[in-house]
Amino acid sequence: MSPEISPVAEKHEGRAPMDLLRFATAGSVDDGKSTLIGRLLLDSKSIFEDQLEAVESTSQSKGYDYTDLALLTDGLRSEREQGITIDVAYRYFATPTRKFIIADTPGHIQYTRNMVTGASTADLGLVLVDARHGLTEQSRRHAVLLSLLRVPHLVLAINKMDLVDWDEAVYEKIHNEFTAFATKLNIPDLEVIPISALQGDNVVTRSENTPWYHGPTLMHHLEHVHVASDRDLQDVRFPVQYVVRPKSDAYHDYRGYAGQVAGGVLKPGDEVIVLPSGMTSTIEGIDLFDQEISEAFPPMSVTVRLADDVDVSRGDMIARVNNAPKPSQDIDAMICWMTNEPLRPRQKLAIKHTTRTGRAMVKDIQYRLDVNSLHRDQDTRELGLNEIGRVQLRTTVPLLCDPYAKNRTTGSFILIDEATGVTVGAGMINSGA
Amino acid sequence: MTQTHPDYQLSQLDQLEAESIHIFREVAAEFEKPVLMFSGGKDSIVMMRLAEKAFFPAKIPFPVLQVDTGLDFDEVLATRDNWVNRLGVRLIVASVDDAIKNGVVVDDGKTSRNRLQIGTLLNAIEEEGFTAAFGGGRRDEEKARAKERVYSHRDEFGQWDPKNQRPELWSLYNGRLHEGEHMRIFPISNWTELDVWHYIDREGIEIPSIYFAHERQVIKRDGMWLSLSDAVQPREGETVETKMVRFRTVGDKSQTGCVESEARTTAEIIDEIAIARVTERGATRGDDRFSEAAMEDRKKEGYF
Repeated sequence: MSPEISPVAEKHEGRAPMDLLRFATAGSVDDGKSTLIGRLLLDSKSIFEDQLEAVESTSQSKGYDYTDLALLTDGLRSEREQGITIDVAYRYFATPTRKFIIADTPGHIQYTRNMVTGASTADLGLVLVDARHGLTEQSRRHAVLLSLLRVPHLVLAINKMDLVDWDEAVYEKIHNEFTAFATKLNIPDLEVIPISALQGDNVVTRSENTPWYHGPTLMHHLEHVHVASDRDLQDVRFPVQYVVRPKSDAYHDYRGYAGQVAGGVLKPGDEVIVLPSGMTSTIEGIDLFDQEISEAFPPMSVTVRLADDVDVSRGDMIARVNNAPKPSQDIDAMICWMTNEPLRPRQKLAIKHTTRTGRAMVKDIQYRLDVNSLHRDQDTRELGLNEIGRVQLRTTVPLLCDPYAKNRTTGSFILIDEATGVTVGAGMINSGA
Repeated sequence: MTQTHPDYQLSQLDQLEAESIHIFREVAAEFEKPVLMFSGGKDSIVMMRLAEKAFFPAKIPFPVLQVDTGLDFDEVLATRDNWVNRLGVRLIVASVDDAIKNGVVVDDGKTSRNRLQIGTLLNAIEEEGFTAAFGGGRRDEEKARAKERVYSHRDEFGQWDPKNQRPELWSLYNGRLHEGEHMRIFPISNWTELDVWHYIDREGIEIPSIYFAHERQVIKRDGMWLSLSDAVQPREGETVETKMVRFRTVGDKSQTGCVESEARTTAEIIDEIAIARVTERGATRGDDRFSEAAMEDRKKEGYF
């Protein structure tokens, strides 16, 4: 190891470091979602000529007199044949300031499962409503799921404003209605933007049709929304993924713990605790490839070396002595169920939490959450496909977890059917006891 | 002590790198027999770099598998050897010619080499018993790939079932397999072509020289420039021309076209791509152009 501490940032020679924003869109074709995504890709010049030509010729062969931008995002042939979108699709575009990853989730089939999947990694959620119809059950459901998944930023795009003559009163009514509804949810940041995806108003360029609107265009907001403070930089959480032991002549005694920082800032010299063993040590060094770095924070993938020869393996977690999660085998969580066979009490499943894998048993299903009304159905005995409920689990191994509201990495888990190997549930931890 | 990032912000390239390294480490920790599929192309070279970083100072803890079409560019094979030697990893070469000889795949004279690779690859995976195979696929390449998972499950026939994919949440990957099944792993799913080039530029790593502009004898066929070689000879009405060209992807010689270009450095390539109007596959891969669903069909069969 080079004894020099070299700043990571210096490696970017001359090029302005570009930022990354992941956002999830939800809705049906009727809301103009695919058209909006097509518009974002087109106006940011992320669509190539051959892609546009393919879409133009398909539009023509279908007898449309316009280019159906929605066709840009209809990926699989089986979907095109059925005219529906069946799965989460990821799209990419970039502007000079940011790169964007869109998790595009379909509106109809497998709705909740896909939305939860897309939202799980999103910094921002984009909910579309049709100005003519206002808030629908579906748009409320979008907002509930984004809130449940703790997506920190939400944009409500009121689309098809051209079809209501750019009426400010329509915008205000939907805005107010949504704000009232959102008070029941966890939505720290909300922006409501009047747009026309088809014509491009307020998507990338400011519309002359909305002199009464003083907020940003959608693209401006996506480019500038502040996401850096969304991470937890206070509480050190380092799930150990892999133990690096070269056993080569040059690195004979090297022993490093590789992982991706899930929370807090780690620095050489920090006193740390290894969970679940409770052994303490000091960070001797942090390596990023062949460089020693002075600090590591989320979402960096690094290798941590400890001063003492303590026993650390995959599934362990490095935290601070006075700020560590309590190992817990009784987990209280919201679970989204993703398979046909319902979740029932006493059921046994495999569980994966951070880098830890074990088994879990369903102790109790406390209630099923109606994502349309937020009503809690306490009489439920099971959770069906695409249902969400509050569940108590008992695990074979202690989980080193935090509430999901505090940390989306150490607060989440997946459930796996041990017979089929399929991912059947997604969990967000309320608390561990 | 120097503060690395006064604002605790990672550039998007660093974020992509961190995500990919995380994926490599998960696979190395959870799978019994991973392998990295190395084509010698820029995407697989980026994967090699990421794998190198993920396990440093230890060696990459899995071998590298290359499908030799028999029509590979010499420059690509040279770069492959340099990488493999520098990192000290084991190279397994699965040859399409051998597969034809052994009856693993059938060369009917009409099927492209690229397609024959599928059977050759699946056979190699089965023979060696690999449970996870890293591929350099990116979701921005093609519409069918946009719905591909990072962990893409393949049944015992090596097939992909797009309707039956496992949901993939947060960064919690599910690597459960049954006997005979394997997982394709796409660590650079979220990278775009431009990201790959920015990364190659930033890391200063070796890629095959055919990516850079050079003079070459070429033949125009189906609107593409194909390189004159033992596999590509002028047909009636076609003329051989000398052009300044470069390749945007590397496949087999009979299928991979080049584009006219003056870009001699990665920086110049980045400038060129930033204003390019045609996707890399649409421009230069004959095998993807037969139908809009070409890629989807090959993926279902077990293509990378």
